[in-house]
Amino acid sequence: MADTRDIEVKVNGESRAANVETRTSLGDFLRHGLGLTGTHMGCEHGVCGACTVLVDGEAVRSCLMLAVQANGHEVTTVEGLASDDGTMHPLQEAFWKHHGLQCGFCTPGMLTSLTAFLRDNPDPSERDIREAISGNICRCTGYQGIVDAALEVAKTMQKGS
Amino acid sequence: MGVRYLGAEVQRMEDPRLLTGHGRYVDDITMEGLLHAAFLRSPMAHARIRSIDTSRAAELPGVHRVFVHADFGEKYAHRMNQLYPAPVIDQNKTQYPLARDEVCYVGEAVAMVVADSRAIAEDALALIDVDYEALPAVVDIMTALDDGAPLAHADTTSNLMGKMRSSFGDIEESFSKADHVFSARFMQHRGGCHSMETRGVIARDDPWGDGLTLWTSAQSPYLIRRALATWLGESEERVRVIAPDVGGGFGPKAGFYPEEIAITLAARFMERPVKWIEDRREHFMATTTQRDQHWDLEVACTAEGKILGLRGTVTHENGAYIPYGILLPNSSLTPLPGAYSIPAIDVGVDIVFTNTVPNSPVRGAGRPCGIYAVERMIQVVSRELNIDPAEVRRRNFVRSDQMPYETGAKLRGGVPCIYDSGDYEALLDKVLELSDYNSFKERQAAARSEGRYLGIGVSSCIEDTGMGPYEGTTVRVEASGKVAVRTGAASQGQGHHTMIAMIVAGNLGVKPEDIMFESADTAKFAHGVGTIGSRVAANVGPSAHDAAFQVREKALKLAAEVLEASEADLDIEDGVVRVNGAPDLSITLGELAMQLTPMSAMRVPTGFDPVLEATSYDGSSGSPIACGSNVAEVEVDPGTGEVKVLRYSVAHDCGVMINPMVVHGQIVGGVVHGIGNALFERMIYDDQGQPLTMNYGEYLLPLASEMPRIDVTHMETPSPLNSLGVKGAGEGGTIPAAAAIVAAIENALEEFAVEIDYYPVDPQYLTELIDKGSAQAAE
Repeated sequence: MADTRDIEVKVNGESRAANVETRTSLGDFLRHGLGLTGTHMGCEHGVCGACTVLVDGEAVRSCLMLAVQANGHEVTTVEGLASDDGTMHPLQEAFWKHHGLQCGFCTPGMLTSLTAFLRDNPDPSERDIREAISGNICRCTGYQGIVDAALEVAKTMQKGS
Repeated sequence: MGVRYLGAEVQRMEDPRLLTGHGRYVDDITMEGLLHAAFLRSPMAHARIRSIDTSRAAELPGVHRVFVHADFGEKYAHRMNQLYPAPVIDQNKTQYPLARDEVCYVGEAVAMVVADSRAIAEDALALIDVDYEALPAVVDIMTALDDGAPLAHADTTSNLMGKMRSSFGDIEESFSKADHVFSARFMQHRGGCHSMETRGVIARDDPWGDGLTLWTSAQSPYLIRRALATWLGESEERVRVIAPDVGGGFGPKAGFYPEEIAITLAARFMERPVKWIEDRREHFMATTTQRDQHWDLEVACTAEGKILGLRGTVTHENGAYIPYGILLPNSSLTPLPGAYSIPAIDVGVDIVFTNTVPNSPVRGAGRPCGIYAVERMIQVVSRELNIDPAEVRRRNFVRSDQMPYETGAKLRGGVPCIYDSGDYEALLDKVLELSDYNSFKERQAAARSEGRYLGIGVSSCIEDTGMGPYEGTTVRVEASGKVAVRTGAASQGQGHHTMIAMIVAGNLGVKPEDIMFESADTAKFAHGVGTIGSRVAANVGPSAHDAAFQVREKALKLAAEVLEASEADLDIEDGVVRVNGAPDLSITLGELAMQLTPMSAMRVPTGFDPVLEATSYDGSSGSPIACGSNVAEVEVDPGTGEVKVLRYSVAHDCGVMINPMVVHGQIVGGVVHGIGNALFERMIYDDQGQPLTMNYGEYLLPLASEMPRIDVTHMETPSPLNSLGVKGAGEGGTIPAAAAIVAAIENALEEFAVEIDYYPVDPQYLTELIDKGSAQAAE
């Protein structure tokens, strides 16, 4: 008999209660338990970063965290980045403008990682951004469009502050 | 009309979906009654299977069934089909969907568990007992053909799969009249797929309803439909293959895999849909890679560095099976002579079996290998004759006034390789300017005075793109005014939706956002070939152009009757046909579609077919040849062997660019893949065939932190081979990259006389070369 626990997690602002197997990763819980398939599992050993989500605002690899560890915490996935009215997050807009995605598989993890990074580092250099996403692998873009998008958003945030 | 969007940097239409987490990759798809599969894979590179006991696994709660080869029964007991038969394949070895009595590489599927969840299926794998009898394994291609070498397959007498050769011109004469003959030997290693989405399949078999449906993360759904139907001995009509959103392909997803059959059979036997999602460890073991090639070449040249001939031998590692014919060795030879006019070439390939994962193309297929070989020989000539590498290239390029230029080599199917258009020297000049090549020596000297070692490397390439035979497009205007556009070609991130919508919208006179694009579903478009070899723009592009044009003609003809105007006075804009000079006279494309496709009791206008629709398979009348010149600038730390790429410049020509933003993305991404090949990506097997680099801590992919900003400039020399003047762009970044990086490293380390004979150039290997060079210099 599988070992299970009841958990309650606030996901993208909505409280979600579930009974989960203790061995289920947060990523699998989000994808298969809640149907939030925007979070992607790329390597399941904590290197590629595709599965990155925000837990209480911090970028976390959802393949390395168990769903039960998220009990009582707030999780933001890529589905939760846009405004309620559907307006895309500035990073999403900038990725679109700068061709920061091709196949789109690493994109959710790039967006969540950069959301946390730019909040904590509002004036990054290109080098800073490259280091910040060095835990997110993209096989398609060569990273340039992603870096350009992040630089533009940082600049806009500077003007806005 | 016709070119309104062509060449515009239109933001991609596929992006909002993907950016907001609403893509639909295979693992995102679920359905009623879905079961989950996991595969038990061979832990040995070569072994006989004495017996398999699945009884403990079958008893695990949640397990529905465990399959081994024999469980599929007589009807499904045969080996997989050869996708690309060729006369040079002397030993045609393909796999069984599940191994029968012999395993030939680590990762070969031996058993399959079908369970309520993936986790339970994996639990059950640990309960399967397989009794293996270890057999000797062959791994090293340099000794695989020696007498007494272990055999990759127990029932063969040799590891030679076959031989092929590219030969033209009078090679003996070229070498006898040469002032110099130089030689070089080197190994090339290209690594794996490593799309961020692994492979994955869902099969649903509904014999009384929809038939067999496969959702698979693939580049070639039509190839899979044909291969699967053929293997099953059933009609293609009852097999539907869908490639939904695919998270990167890069070649290894272009084939047909044992799991696609095994999952199909599981669904058939279980009478329930079954899903399998490859995990990353399986990807390392069981997704095809492009591994070692050893080249041993001689170049004949004049005292001025004009190359007269190239000859030698290649040993190509094909892994344990031949899932993909001889495409790799073939496409390694066809790019010879590269961007140069070389009158005679004679290069033969031995294709060798080893007990490693089977090979199939990775971005560029054999082209990066062939181009690397030519570029290495240019480098050798430059070094030996002390002529600047850019100048050696200049003296040997095929000139623009020689176009079209027939090289003497043969493309697939024996078609002569003809360079259709391009100005290779002008392209070189552009990249030299972009990279500040002429002032490099000053930068190098300044750095050297600080104890830093800078180097520069040049690489030029051609790329045969757009191979036939065709792809097709259907364009249909609905009564709603929306335009349905369908093609067979699957996308793995290349932006096909946007590109095709731009072409159709411009030609037909509608807004791109009114186009409903669907692709890669065999039930929705009659036939397709696949997204391989940078072929979609040059095949789908012209077909979309032509289909939209036909629909436009039909709409204008009908509108002329309805509006009582001359066709010549009509124009279409934003879906409305207007009469020039009479702004009140108009009819929408939707209204015209309604007239052509009326409901019951109405009639179709006389002289017209119903439906405002056209299908075209117009493509390219040959392979458009794209070209590029790259310059890499690196810094090497001789103490640690670390290589930093400081600058990377690209001048590229893929003919008319449909969407320059998309082309730029393809080039930059391709270059980074090539830099990964040159510096990082190494799939290591030990001498027993055990893969040692099985995660991303051990197998290094290029990261943002290690990559330079890549500067790209374009020329647009239209291809005369298709209606749009386009050439492919998907692999032109990767093809020349390794040669530029390796040349730059050698240039940086000139005082150590380092000659690189292997890539990836990792720090350990490089420090060994530096030590060796230093020791030789000290003698």
